[in-house]
Amino acid sequence: MSPTSSDTPEVFASVGSMFAFDRFARALDDWAAAHPATKVLVQIGSGAYEPKHAAFVRMMPPGLYQRRIAEARLFVAHAGMGSIIAAIQAGKPLLMMPRRLDLGEHTTDHQFATLAKFAGRDGLHTAITVDDLHAGIDALLADGGTPPAPIEPFAAPAFTDRIRAFIHGSDAG
Amino acid sequence: MATRRVRVLAVASGGGHWVQLLRLRPAWDGCDVAYATVHPDAAAQVPGARFFSFKDASRKNKASFAIVALQLFRAVATVRPDVIVTTGSAPALLAILFGRMFGARTLWVDSIANSEVMSSSGLRARKLAHQCLTQWPELAADPVPKYWGAVL
Repeated sequence: MSPTSSDTPEVFASVGSMFAFDRFARALDDWAAAHPATKVLVQIGSGAYEPKHAAFVRMMPPGLYQRRIAEARLFVAHAGMGSIIAAIQAGKPLLMMPRRLDLGEHTTDHQFATLAKFAGRDGLHTAITVDDLHAGIDALLADGGTPPAPIEPFAAPAFTDRIRAFIHGSDAG
Repeated sequence: MATRRVRVLAVASGGGHWVQLLRLRPAWDGCDVAYATVHPDAAAQVPGARFFSFKDASRKNKASFAIVALQLFRAVATVRPDVIVTTGSAPALLAILFGRMFGARTLWVDSIANSEVMSSSGLRARKLAHQCLTQWPELAADPVPKYWGAVL
């Protein structure tokens, strides 16, 4: 039986919203089994593996998703831009593990490129393997480090102004 | 000259594509905007705007494409947008195609996730869309994709 997900989880983990990521869901469940005092909630999407020790949901509305990130002590996710942007906007440390093409976890290996571009920013931490992931959760729960720097909710005006000009037909590009 | 507001259809798949689209919202301030994305719950994030959802389909799930095509055709035919803006993914190419059939001007913004090469959909969009952007300056090329900035 899955524990209730009504209590605020300390660790909120998400595979994102597009594809299954069973290796990740199982890794979080294994960590939860070894740390029964810590509440763990995993959004598993369409995954076949259903956690037995961590609480899980398939998918939650965006508003609740953002609240779970804000309320958790640590956010753990695949290395997707939705997760990265959500963590930055929430000012919450993120531990991210990339999906692997060779395991059928995505259509390309671009999440490794994403890691290379974003790793090292304040509050964004990486785990390549399941062992890394387990060690990273332990370390970040002990010391969350510097959270992501707060950002505006919208892209820079220089960018959106250019798109606005395109929309109004005054920028042929 | 225009006696009505510019109609914009903003299209994105779920997850990061949608989050990136939301960060571009100031670009269509004052326009008559409609949104199309995969998760019906996302409507709550764009109150007051017309909203369409379409089935989550990717290149992993080709059978769904016929359904997605119908859903996106309906959205485009209903809105009759002057402009379509999308942050991907693959289904958004269909929206651009349908938009062109109705005379819309179309803009593809490749996801910021594609930092080393354009997405395969973005490569197709270089020819299909009126304008095609990358969010990484090192991927910019002449004539497309162009780099105008990034959501982060």
